[in-house]
Amino acid sequence: MKDTLLRWFHKWGSPKWFYDLSGRWMPWLAGLSLICLLVGSIWALAFAPMDYQQGNSFRIIYLHVPAAILAQSAYMLLAILGVITLVWRMKMTEILATACAPIGASMTFLALVTGSLWGVPTWGTWWIWDARLTSMLVLLFLYLGIMALQDAIRDPSSAARASAILAIVGVINIPIIKYSVEWWYTLHQPATFKLTEKPAMPMEMWLPLLMMLIGFYAFFAWSLLLRARHQVLIREQKTRWVTQLLDAKPATKSDPSESAKS
Amino acid sequence: MHKTNTTSLAQAVGVCIRREFLLLVRRPSDLLNPLLFFALVSLLFPLGISPTEAILQPVASGVVWVAALLATLLSLDSLFRQDLLDGSLEQLLLTPHPLSVLVMAKVGVHWLMTAIPLILMAPVLGAMLYLPTQAQGVLMLALLLGTPVLILVGAIGAALTVSLRKTGVLLTLMVLPLYIPVLIFGTSAVHAAAQDLPADGQLAFLGAILSLTLVLAPLGISAALKVSVRQ
Amino acid sequence: MPNTPLLSVRQLSCEREDRLLFTHLAFDLQAGDILQIKGPNGSGKTSLLRILAGLLPYAEGELYWQGEALHPGEPSFLSQLLFIGHAPGIKAELTPIENLLWYQDMHQGADQHAVIQALTRIGLGQFLDVPAYSLSAGQQRRIALARIYLSAHTLWILDEPFTAIDVQGVADLEQCIQAHAAQGGSVILTSHHALDTLAGLKVLTLGQAMEEVPHA
Repeated sequence: MKDTLLRWFHKWGSPKWFYDLSGRWMPWLAGLSLICLLVGSIWALAFAPMDYQQGNSFRIIYLHVPAAILAQSAYMLLAILGVITLVWRMKMTEILATACAPIGASMTFLALVTGSLWGVPTWGTWWIWDARLTSMLVLLFLYLGIMALQDAIRDPSSAARASAILAIVGVINIPIIKYSVEWWYTLHQPATFKLTEKPAMPMEMWLPLLMMLIGFYAFFAWSLLLRARHQVLIREQKTRWVTQLLDAKPATKSDPSESAKS
Repeated sequence: MHKTNTTSLAQAVGVCIRREFLLLVRRPSDLLNPLLFFALVSLLFPLGISPTEAILQPVASGVVWVAALLATLLSLDSLFRQDLLDGSLEQLLLTPHPLSVLVMAKVGVHWLMTAIPLILMAPVLGAMLYLPTQAQGVLMLALLLGTPVLILVGAIGAALTVSLRKTGVLLTLMVLPLYIPVLIFGTSAVHAAAQDLPADGQLAFLGAILSLTLVLAPLGISAALKVSVRQ
Repeated sequence: MPNTPLLSVRQLSCEREDRLLFTHLAFDLQAGDILQIKGPNGSGKTSLLRILAGLLPYAEGELYWQGEALHPGEPSFLSQLLFIGHAPGIKAELTPIENLLWYQDMHQGADQHAVIQALTRIGLGQFLDVPAYSLSAGQQRRIALARIYLSAHTLWILDEPFTAIDVQGVADLEQCIQAHAAQGGSVILTSHHALDTLAGLKVLTLGQAMEEVPHA
């Protein structure tokens, strides 16, 4: 048991192994996310029933809710990767964490924008200090802080370990921040419509949401792998397997053109 | 071969406290500047909003807290910088004593020397912003519970950025979001007291956050310092 | 156990900013050895010393202290290590006595009398009670160097200890290093000075000639 675990860890620590394996996963993830997002959005926009209170404007939850869930999952992932980075000093988790932060930040941004768009028909204003939106805004700043730190430290390994510590501090803080913001919200605005108050959803509304959620997760995984693969090539550019890979690619492309010339 | 006898941890901590104390006393501008900043920021609000009691009184606790938050953050930027530049930080890593304990001695002295004057000054600023007298005690108590959290969490940020040339805005960006719970419970405690309501709940939350921070922050600070020095 | 080396380095590689400084470095340090690390600027002398002290991560390799695997920050190792790096670690606001007493109390402890003696021996006898900011950079370095007169550590790692020290001072420090080795202590140092007077000096050259590395 311990041996298999160790071997598994060792494999994940190897950028080449990651590059080969993720290369095989990429098309599947891309296909899954494409199908889910396409089917999910058509279903959600055209076929799901209207909300009896909010009319058609509720349909923005099909973007807002998956983005908000992804924003929080990505931060959790960031912290988990951070723990592994600090404890086992794995190069791959360093790379994955660096790749994860900007995607998580854009998900948070998307959740904020859709949330505030939702506010226009619901509250008649672009921004309201709703507990959920405020927590999202804080989460966005937590992401931006991590990205700024990653960017400021030149050595990629030190940058990854420093931002791992910040991500762990952040993940311990998130429940406290969420709780305090909710507490603050009920203190100041006791009776308004809350985004958090979901009416019981009928199956026809709920299934497309699940579809969108799966699509978002697959898209997240795909873009995470894409960014990580890119980082792997940059950080491993001096190793033999990368130089071989890079030598092989232009050769296959330029060969036919050269033969055509001659 | 030599037989090495290491000094006890208590002795090492005592010596570190004495040294930090001496350093801060002999460099008084580090102590004075955040205090002046605290006063100045608080006094910008009457000028920026309105000097009338009806407008200032409801925001007084928020203003004093935000100013305290920023002043604390300002004083943290230099917490480890000089130690890294003159080489004493790496020597601190090379002592046989646990870094997290030694660092707590340093941060503790920092809190004692910068936050206590700030807490003592807060009622004066509160009074100038028409904060009711019955809220002054709660303000000081809330600051007493809240400022250690601000300094401990900020010290993690300062430790992470110590090896960078320019950090002022970066440190703020990293640390300020983490200050939000303290700000919310701190201002709300004062707010409640100003309306003659009990503030025990808010103070209890601040106490709980403080205990959690006291346990975890030393580990965070020492881990961050090790990352910053070992590069 | 006379056969167990004090410090063993195996297959050590160091990478800085994507530049490989050295690879597969291996050597043993026995009790009583004085090892000088030589090499051109940028060959990784300081990096090697910092790796040994646990102040720098290394790409690959293993370190052993008295036969056991050495991890950075191990208290049992640190209690036997005296490290003096480029930055002397002197606080400008404190006097030489206060600075040196702090170091001693963090390690083996020493009374004020011994501290004054050490500072006098290194030529700071007239500056015992002035703040260090009124001293020159060389004099500040000497405060840190005075630690070796008080040290009961087994291993000394000294990065360029002789810069800013006059001829008389160098001779005295060399004598102190020699005495330390004679008592079974070990010293690893970098220096631009020729250290011919030191008996039993071993040399490790970084940069061009890895073959000259003294193997076990």
